[in-house]
Amino acid sequence: MKYIIAVIQPDRLDDVLRLLEEKEIHLVTVSNVVGRGRQKGIAEVYRSHKEAGSLLKKIKLEIAVNDTFLKVAIDAILEGARTGKVGDGKIFVMDLPECMRIRTGETGPVAIG
Amino acid sequence: MRKIATGCVIAWLIMCAVGAVAWADEASSTASAVSQAAAAVPIDSGHTTWVLISTALVMLMTPGLAFFYGGLVRRKNILSVLMQCFMIMCIVSIQWVVLGYSMAFGRDISGLIGNLDWMWLKGVGMESSSYAPGVPHQAFVLFQMMFAVITPALIIGTFAERMRFSAFCLFSLLWAVFVYDPVAHWIWGKGGFLGCLGGMGAVDFAGGMVVHVNAGMAALAAALFLGKRRGYPDSISPPHNLPFAALGAGLLWFGWFGFNAGSALQANGIAVSAFMATHIAGCVAGVTWSILDWMKFGKPTTLGMITGAVAGLAAVTPASGFVDLTGAMWIGLGSGIICWISVTFAKARFKYDDTLDAFGVHGVGGIWGSLAVGMWATKAVNAGGVNGLLHGNPMQLLIQAKAVLVTMIYSFVVSAVLFKFVDMVATLRVSDHEERVGLDLTQHKESGYTLLD
Repeated sequence: MKYIIAVIQPDRLDDVLRLLEEKEIHLVTVSNVVGRGRQKGIAEVYRSHKEAGSLLKKIKLEIAVNDTFLKVAIDAILEGARTGKVGDGKIFVMDLPECMRIRTGETGPVAIG
Repeated sequence: MRKIATGCVIAWLIMCAVGAVAWADEASSTASAVSQAAAAVPIDSGHTTWVLISTALVMLMTPGLAFFYGGLVRRKNILSVLMQCFMIMCIVSIQWVVLGYSMAFGRDISGLIGNLDWMWLKGVGMESSSYAPGVPHQAFVLFQMMFAVITPALIIGTFAERMRFSAFCLFSLLWAVFVYDPVAHWIWGKGGFLGCLGGMGAVDFAGGMVVHVNAGMAALAAALFLGKRRGYPDSISPPHNLPFAALGAGLLWFGWFGFNAGSALQANGIAVSAFMATHIAGCVAGVTWSILDWMKFGKPTTLGMITGAVAGLAAVTPASGFVDLTGAMWIGLGSGIICWISVTFAKARFKYDDTLDAFGVHGVGGIWGSLAVGMWATKAVNAGGVNGLLHGNPMQLLIQAKAVLVTMIYSFVVSAVLFKFVDMVATLRVSDHEERVGLDLTQHKESGYTLLD
């Protein structure tokens, strides 16, 4: 089992969710986050004063997958979130030692999805 | 902290006691000349209705201002701004009926201040006064009360996010008594030395000097005295809720019709003319600011639009009942340009932290408008008014300039003294820690927004 954390541009979320859905990956947790990468910040102007926003709005996706779905999920995110410009985001993958469905108490790969 | 609170309570009790004594002293209750002279004018239901509606409109401007300012501060400080606006409404209103109205509009003493005959509204009844013929005297008191309330509320924009609440309460009360009441008397009171009821003839239809210049200069004093917010100007978060600011600007604009058109104090053509001038000046200034933003920064901003509109409304305030449509448009255009320059360049150049631009918008707009009335005023609009420079009376501009200067200096100096005094008895500024955490939690033990349901 793997745990995928992807940080993407907010305006790409719809595409990524649609592509994941098409690959039958339904389990996903989405959060609004702020952060910073090589893109640095964009400056917004408020009453003529440039506010150098050092942190940018991003979307964080968290997805737990069985090993067979790992590549499918990553491909979906890559396809949906990539624009080719700085700031498209990152995908982190880590091992997931355990997973449990609260309603039934099932554990392991069967509890995912 | 406790000492200050006790001090405030004691001061309050003294004020009430003095009022009660005056009330009891029936022997000295000589109804003033003002109210006697006009006692013969019968109450006019149309005029009275308009003044009462206008009073309610102006009252709504203070909560409107609260949201205008509240949306522009950071999330952690919104309640502090709302709270300050509501508290000022309560404190200053009480102050007004206890002694403020009498100081501002009571029988004149040497052109400087009203006497205390009308303290506790003694002798101020339901007959009409010469200030507002055909309207019950107390309706005029109420109408003017709302002006007394919103004026110190404007100053909040400059010391937002860093003033201790107890110090704020004390300052606002003292400012109302020692700055607002005298200046209102000078310009609007019968016999006041600046105004046109026996003074040197400066005109101020709805409060360009009394309200906007006055509050703007106090705001400048606040910015210089209180210092910058920590992190200003490089790492201050942007406005936390611009929709609130737009809502507040809308309420302000709505209330401004009561402020300006209501200042005719009669439901007549002058009220309509002031209504028109007010609206059009706001519109022209809003468009002007947007265009300047567009040219300089590439995009017209929402905040720029509403700021420009408020600047135009502030600038047309002293002129609204004296100028025609053309005058209103020039005033709107001028305020859009001048206030934009003041906020964009002057503030950055001189590096003071006028947090929400109370000086840059209200002060500068008020100064411009108060001078502009000396240019564009015409008796063709208001036979009881004056002609300005462009209508053959260059002296009026000089008179306006003198009155503006007197107001600026008095307000700035006395406000600075009051800040110094309040700082001594009740520290003005919150601690560094409190400023980081935010005033909502540290001054009021509340937060504006919860993270979870």
